[in-house]
Amino acid sequence: MADQTTPRKPQCDEALHELYHLLDGELDAERRQRIVEHLDECSPCAEPYDFYAELRRTVQQCCQDTVPPSLLARVKDALEHEG
Amino acid sequence: MEHMGSLYSAALRMTRNAADAEDLVQETYLRAYRGFGGFQEGTNLKAWLYRILTNTYINAYRAKQRRPDESDLDDVEDLYLYNRLGGLEAARAGRSAEDELMDMFSEAEVKAAVESLPEGFRMAVLLADVEGFSYKEIAEILDIPIGTVMSRLHRGRRALEKALYEFAVSRRLTEPEPEHQPT
Repeated sequence: MADQTTPRKPQCDEALHELYHLLDGELDAERRQRIVEHLDECSPCAEPYDFYAELRRTVQQCCQDTVPPSLLARVKDALEHEG
Repeated sequence: MEHMGSLYSAALRMTRNAADAEDLVQETYLRAYRGFGGFQEGTNLKAWLYRILTNTYINAYRAKQRRPDESDLDDVEDLYLYNRLGGLEAARAGRSAEDELMDMFSEAEVKAAVESLPEGFRMAVLLADVEGFSYKEIAEILDIPIGTVMSRLHRGRRALEKALYEFAVSRRLTEPEPEHQPT
């Protein structure tokens, strides 16, 4: 809805309101389909959706850390001691 | 060792230092091993491990109150970051919004933004956005109602947008908001 010249429809309000529920996969099938269809035909709504989908992927990718080999060895050792 | 990579990453975001994160992960696996009798086959092993990680963290590293302090977070409007950065890609022809975001923030900045969130919000955002758990799973892991999960996610994500925006401003990737300028 960045484009203020585009008249906002009730479907736009719903799509915006449910943006994160859609990204989270938490919508029921009927509502999901209705919003996805709306995004396909309304670029001012599709744009923020794509932006937040990408933000989420960015956060996801940046928050992957490699386990230090010393930690793996330490945990294995500790578990072995547990018997 | 199953799920150690994601548990270690989450532990780093929670403790914000490598030594504590390593201790937390080791303690989590030890508790999981000792309590494995309580794990029911067919239920979600990863969610169970996260529950142990979270409880271990709360017991060992958090002396303060259990409930996150909502007043720690400013009110941030919907589409906060999009409204400030989303238009940028139009200015750079041929670049997609995707390339833009990945290039705009360094890995260290994204991690720092996540780590800047108040604890209860940080955990909810990590579990949803990084680990992809459902609201119901997060409610079980954190032992809070689903409505609380949703409100923490809502506010935590907006706080994350604000933290990222501050990085963008400090690196002059974008102009600061007009209200910050002298009149």
